[in-house]
Amino acid sequence: MIKLENINKTYFGAQPLHVLKGINLNVEEGELVSIMGASGSGKSTLLNIIGILDNYDEGDYYLAGKLVKNLSENQAAEFRNKLIGFIFQSFNLIPFKTALENVALPLFYQGVGRKKRNAMAMEYLERFGLKGWAEHYPNELSGGQKQRVSIARALVTSPKLILADEPTGALDSKTSAEVMQILREVNATGITMVIVTHERGIANLTRKIVHLKDGLIESIEENDPDKMDFTKEIK
Amino acid sequence: MFDVDNINEIWQTIARNKTRSLLTAFGVFWGIFILVILLACGNGFNNGLNSQIEGFATNSTFIFPSETTEAYKGYQKGRYWQLDMSDIEAIKQKIKGVDMVSPISSKWTFDGENNVFYGTKGANFSMKGVLPNYNEIDRGKILYGRYINETDIVEARKVCVIGKKVYEDVIGIDKNPLGLMIKANGIYYQVIGVVQAYNSQVNISGSMNETVILPLTTMQKAYNTGDKFDFMMFTTARGSKTKEVQEEVKVLLRERHDISPTDEGAVMSFDFEQLFTMFEYLFIGIKILIWIVGIGTLLSGVVGVSNIMLVTIKERTREIGVRRALGAKPSIIIRQVMAESLLLTILAGIVGLVIGVAIMAVVAGIKGNVPSENVMFIDPQIGFGAAISATVIIVLSGLLAGVLPATRAIQIKAIDAIREE
Repeated sequence: MIKLENINKTYFGAQPLHVLKGINLNVEEGELVSIMGASGSGKSTLLNIIGILDNYDEGDYYLAGKLVKNLSENQAAEFRNKLIGFIFQSFNLIPFKTALENVALPLFYQGVGRKKRNAMAMEYLERFGLKGWAEHYPNELSGGQKQRVSIARALVTSPKLILADEPTGALDSKTSAEVMQILREVNATGITMVIVTHERGIANLTRKIVHLKDGLIESIEENDPDKMDFTKEIK
Repeated sequence: MFDVDNINEIWQTIARNKTRSLLTAFGVFWGIFILVILLACGNGFNNGLNSQIEGFATNSTFIFPSETTEAYKGYQKGRYWQLDMSDIEAIKQKIKGVDMVSPISSKWTFDGENNVFYGTKGANFSMKGVLPNYNEIDRGKILYGRYINETDIVEARKVCVIGKKVYEDVIGIDKNPLGLMIKANGIYYQVIGVVQAYNSQVNISGSMNETVILPLTTMQKAYNTGDKFDFMMFTTARGSKTKEVQEEVKVLLRERHDISPTDEGAVMSFDFEQLFTMFEYLFIGIKILIWIVGIGTLLSGVVGVSNIMLVTIKERTREIGVRRALGAKPSIIIRQVMAESLLLTILAGIVGLVIGVAIMAVVAGIKGNVPSENVMFIDPQIGFGAAISATVIIVLSGLLAGVLPATRAIQIKAIDAIREE
């Protein structure tokens, strides 16, 4: 699903910052992978590159068998829209749109008609127990509800890959557990999922843990989340 | 561009900041409003001035004799001379640039004594003797009957065309004036027509409304002036320059009446074309000024919209970034920003246009109820063409206002917005 070959990325500022120094990584379809690393290890940059939000300087990145390199803004937008679903730490819901409208937004950019769009969005909201909140605005929702809305939004286009950047970073432990449960269920339907986190507890709930250090992959740890006790892992 | 979804999207963002949107829109509203009011007032002024000279041939020149100021050919200076019918023939034959030439005789009564009577009812009016072609130079609106014609001239008939006020004051509007006999300066004339001046400001020897008009020959007979008359009007033929033709006429007249070729004071003239050309330039000047002021006001409104939208874009960096991450193409972002600016501008502009037109319609209505003689301000409204131009200008300003914010918006990359601060 994801194939990274010798990815290099440097931020050119006052002081050039070599953030990624040759990343090689394979993620198979249907895998649940977490990326861990200290602050500044390059994990967010890596996620941005995988999500085609940022470009890279060297190497090759294949997403679903296609080389993602030097894409135009339009191509990148289309890739993101069709293949990838994003889940952010701070939810990034659009504040003046209702939950339903937020979920339907990616479909709007695909050119799906309004009726169909809303019906599909409602289906996903229902799946995450938010049917009654469809007409509510983000500021009327709790953190957990917001994150569930944003998961619904990520899923509504039936993407092949879900990228989650600290999905539980802004949530308390109980809600974090719920959200992780949902993400695992989503993964169980066959959607590849990459989660960036700095919490060991969250990483422990994934099958593969990629440890990043100073722009390089330090180690890849195989893990069996089924052995883990949810409530204990997430403090 | 404007399907239901897009309208919703745009409306949501505009409505989110109602006060700000309203204030922004006000700039454009005010610009268009002022433009409409100014244009309408300009038109009103223009119409007012035009009405002052309506019916009067704008390419005409007035020629009248005066005392000579130089001794010449044995004549002393200070001699009076008079125009006569042979001058008219000579001008017609010799000067090609003259289109129409019309001799006029006039009688004034300065003492204010009543000189025009119908029965016992009398009033004081001036008298004028003309040829039929005078009605083509200083045209009046025929209310009853007809104007002086050729037969009247040839036969020197004792007929007259009376001004509207003469009819009202002497005969009375309840009577049919045609065929009635009125007495003017002791002689009876049959009324064959009533005329009304189109304008009240350009008068040749008294207002047309207050004049008894006779055939020139009748007048010459009644006052024993032979074939002499008091002054003349001529119009310039198409393609000729009035100034040059006027000079030719003067040269001819000096020659014919033994006046020194250098005697500028003996043959007086008044060039109406020059006056009207000046009016025309005045109108053009006013129009240019109006457009400059109007467009300037509108432009400041446009700058306001653009400025506020730049701020809005800045505030919406995150939102736009999220949209980009979710798959919004740059073109969609541009379209949305442009549409926002367009919608705001068009709504405000149309409101300004409508209110401006409505107010001027009310003003025009009020002016319409006031008797319209001597008014310098008539029908202050903008034409359909100007309304169309205003609409086009509104749309263009909307696009103009959107350009900068839109460019700023597409510079926002998904990653800039999503990066956690």
